[in-house]
Amino acid sequence: MLSVKNLHATVDGKEILRGIDLEVKPGEVHAIMGPNGSGKSTLASVLAGNEKFTVTDGSVEFLGRDLLSLSIEERARLGLFLGFQYPVEIPGVTMANFMKQAVNEQRLFRGEEPLTAAEFLRMMRERSAVVELDPKLTARAVNEGFSGGEKKKNEIFQMAMLAPRLAILDETDSGLDIDALRIVATGVTKLHTAENATVVITHYQRLLDYIVPDVVHVLYKGRIIHTGDKTLALKLEKEGYDWLINDCRE
Amino acid sequence: MAENEKELLDDLGGQEYKYGFTTQIETETIRKGLDEQIVRLISAKKGEPEWMTERRVKAYRHWLTLTPPTWAHLAIPEIDFQEIIYYAAPKQQRRLDSMDEVDPELKRTFDRLGIPLEEQMALAGVAVDAVMDSVSVKTTFRETLAEKGIVFCSISEALRDYPELVKKYLGSVVPYTDNFYAALNAAVFSDGSFCYIPKGVRCPMELSTYFRINAAGTGQFERTLIVADEGAYVSYLEGCTAPRRDENQLHAAVVEIVVERDAEVKYSTVQNWYPGDREGRGGIYNFVTKRGLCRENARLSWTQVETGSAITWKYPSCVLAGDNAVGEFYSVAMTNHFQQADTGTKMIHIGRNTRSRIVSKGISAGRSENSYRGLVRVGKGAANARNYSQCDSLLIGDRCGAHTFPVADVRNASAVVEHEATTSKISDDQLFYCRQRGLSTEDAVGLIVNGYAREVLAKLPMEFAVEAQKLLALSLEGSVG
Repeated sequence: MLSVKNLHATVDGKEILRGIDLEVKPGEVHAIMGPNGSGKSTLASVLAGNEKFTVTDGSVEFLGRDLLSLSIEERARLGLFLGFQYPVEIPGVTMANFMKQAVNEQRLFRGEEPLTAAEFLRMMRERSAVVELDPKLTARAVNEGFSGGEKKKNEIFQMAMLAPRLAILDETDSGLDIDALRIVATGVTKLHTAENATVVITHYQRLLDYIVPDVVHVLYKGRIIHTGDKTLALKLEKEGYDWLINDCRE
Repeated sequence: MAENEKELLDDLGGQEYKYGFTTQIETETIRKGLDEQIVRLISAKKGEPEWMTERRVKAYRHWLTLTPPTWAHLAIPEIDFQEIIYYAAPKQQRRLDSMDEVDPELKRTFDRLGIPLEEQMALAGVAVDAVMDSVSVKTTFRETLAEKGIVFCSISEALRDYPELVKKYLGSVVPYTDNFYAALNAAVFSDGSFCYIPKGVRCPMELSTYFRINAAGTGQFERTLIVADEGAYVSYLEGCTAPRRDENQLHAAVVEIVVERDAEVKYSTVQNWYPGDREGRGGIYNFVTKRGLCRENARLSWTQVETGSAITWKYPSCVLAGDNAVGEFYSVAMTNHFQQADTGTKMIHIGRNTRSRIVSKGISAGRSENSYRGLVRVGKGAANARNYSQCDSLLIGDRCGAHTFPVADVRNASAVVEHEATTSKISDDQLFYCRQRGLSTEDAVGLIVNGYAREVLAKLPMEFAVEAQKLLALSLEGSVG
């Protein structure tokens, strides 16, 4: 589904990604861990097409398409979803209106008729239940005045609405209390099928108690320095990254 | 400038003005230029009473002593007032009794403008007075309104049928001495709408006037007079379009509103005159004086969505003369390409406990210049007057300008005047977020701009709000492939 080869990317001339290789197959859950500043969020941004970053080398194939040649919105419509670490506010634009446009844009791309208002409202009601999002929030402006927890729930709600093939969740667990973490993580698991894949970027093992990864990668200084199964996350939790980093220096 | 913002600016370039067609209708025009003879000729064409002719002449003579105002933050090319045709009318032989008699080409024009003049109107509950070039073409629903004693007709008809009302109120809020363009209008105004709501009557439908400039080389000088008598209520809508032309056309209107004791008037405008092309050629000069007078407990609310015109110079104002009167001004002014707008309001607090509220949302794109200019004056006797002003500016790109010129002149110590202002840009993060959800840059900008203007758009009547939302998005629309 996703095949990243030797990906290099810079921001303001500074190289952040220095040769990433990553293979994600349908039905898989990958976790990307690593110390601060290792390039995790950059990887997510670059895959989504954020124009702040410049890809200097490498290739990315997504569902048989050359991902890097596509615009941000084309990637999204094709089924790539980014759960933002810091969701932005859009004053005056209701969540409902925002999602209606997004959902219909995707339907248009697939050659489907736009949803009627009634169909859309029903869909919104069903999907907001996945993350126990207060339905009242959909009448409020996008992320405006949302608490940290609500913002993260709202990201997963949007994921539920758009049913992506590949979801990249950038530190969806940061700033969540135990209950919110459980709700958000359970929501992600509910949305998981054999056809789609999830890449979870996180600092903490606790998220992976709910979203059990098939593969765990450690990103350090713009490279994946180690890959293992879910036990790797537990080991990292206990021992930190030093043993890997030292390893890497040798 | 970020990469996608550059792209965005290019995208904004492709805007198409969809009302830019000309209607092939025989037009009767008089010779161009302005002198006392022309003023008298216009009055004669309209079969006006003697006193009206004399008022016009008086206004003309006063106008001769004035020079165009230069204080606005606008670069206005010199206007040759002798090159303008001051009267143009679609040729019509006699008064029409039913829609069937209206020139089919003219009807088609109004259909293309999306003004349903016929049965749909009943469903929409809107009575329309359509002014093409200088003459009011057809007023719908007059009979329904007449049952309530409401008068809604062209100002020419009002002069003929209700001369006493017109004589009493015309020029009472905006005298011909007010300013250069008001004087010009008083001398040469050709038509416009008149509306009178009798005591205690709540107008059962939205009243609406649609203005269109069609003929080349003409100016449009309409005059609107609205009188809400004691305890009356009316909601009034005004829309405007014009064909695309390379030349600039002058539109100098005057709107006067009298809100008597306990009455309420809501006045909404969606101004979409031709803005000129992307190089700044052509477009309407929209130099308008709008003012309302509020008596005791009266309320006047101006809502405007300004997207058109090459140059806009316009300050819908409220004179809060009576105690407890309330004035409101809600504005969205959008400029793109080389458009210039200097718009805002004046709230003149004279009565005690008068209140006013100003919400202004400026949006500048391209190389346009957009200014908010506001005056809040609290007179000595206006004890406990309250004003709240909020002026926001949104910039798209880095070649446009947004300016705010708020003035508060407070002469009563018990008054409270508040002013808040913000300037923001559409951030790259917002665009990235929207596009990550599948929206194109163009749709994202339209969405963000509409969200920004929402507080004002929400004040418009429903059908108008939808139209205005589309218009805002359309004015920013580009040729993204």
